[in-house]
Amino acid sequence: MHSFGYRANALLTFALTILALICAMASFSDNLNSPSPSAHVQVLNINWFQKSSQGNDEVSLTLNVSANLQSLFTWNTKQVFVFLAAEYETPINSLNQVSLWDGIIPAKEYAQFGIHTTNKYHFDDQASLSSRNAGSNLRGREYNLTLHWHVMPKTGKMFADKLVMSGFRFPEEYR
Amino acid sequence: MGWIGEAVDSVKSLRIRQVLSQAVSLGMIVTSALIIWKGLMCVTGSESPVVVVLSGSMEPGFRRGDILFLHMSKDPIRAGEIVVFNVDVHESQDTEDVDVLTKGDNNMGDDRPLYAHGQLWLQRHHIMGRAVGFLPYVGWVTIIMTEKPIIKYLLIGALGLLVITSKE
Repeated sequence: MHSFGYRANALLTFALTILALICAMASFSDNLNSPSPSAHVQVLNINWFQKSSQGNDEVSLTLNVSANLQSLFTWNTKQVFVFLAAEYETPINSLNQVSLWDGIIPAKEYAQFGIHTTNKYHFDDQASLSSRNAGSNLRGREYNLTLHWHVMPKTGKMFADKLVMSGFRFPEEYR
Repeated sequence: MGWIGEAVDSVKSLRIRQVLSQAVSLGMIVTSALIIWKGLMCVTGSESPVVVVLSGSMEPGFRRGDILFLHMSKDPIRAGEIVVFNVDVHESQDTEDVDVLTKGDNNMGDDRPLYAHGQLWLQRHHIMGRAVGFLPYVGWVTIIMTEKPIIKYLLIGALGLLVITSKE
């Protein structure tokens, strides 16, 4: 009854149960945090705006992104993945998302930042494969710049949210 | 002489009873594991509710040996989401589906070299689910067992021996 194996088994089971319980509580405690992140994006310059060799509209922007995401960090936060996407509506697709910049925030100290950058990834209006129409929808198009973030926990549930900054518009003509 | 036969009979019935109860308890362990897995499949809507991270392509977010919990819903896949996909060799059909291209945070390029030969995009039916939860290190158990099968056989053997020899 009280053999070595029996005691080892009981100890292991108890330790694993407590560990699982602590993980669950750590994950649950994230719900008690009500973050108040802020972000501001400026389009400083449109470096070029043209038709690419494939016929898609292509644009290069210089951006100023400043944000304060410190309130997203809790004791159970490993890192925050953040990316800035341009979002717009075309007659065929109700939502187009183009990722312009992304970054990984490893700790709370780095969660307040201001960066000055051109778009890290190509911004072209991709032609839809199924309808085979060229992506020439950007001239005069209104668009949002949306800061998305994914909070990666040390353990448990992952959170994601975004801040939409609207009121941007492409020029009517290529330049 | 009658009492010897009686004793043998009682020992025999005891053995059969014990063997039966051990078989039942072993069956309970196997079936309850199966029930939990299939139940998770129903709740999450994903054909593989729990996956183990096998490579370092998503570092520093997810390391090798971490576990991801998946959920599959009808919502369309959006930019930035962490999806788990299963590449099959079927021809892709020209559907009205949204095409998806994936990339590991820690990789320079996108995941096209991982797709089936000549495949440029993932379709909806390739996606097994999006990651909603995370548990570190636990996946090492399965990684070790697949890479060092001898440990797996030792473990199964020891557990089997324990079940057979246990008195309760």
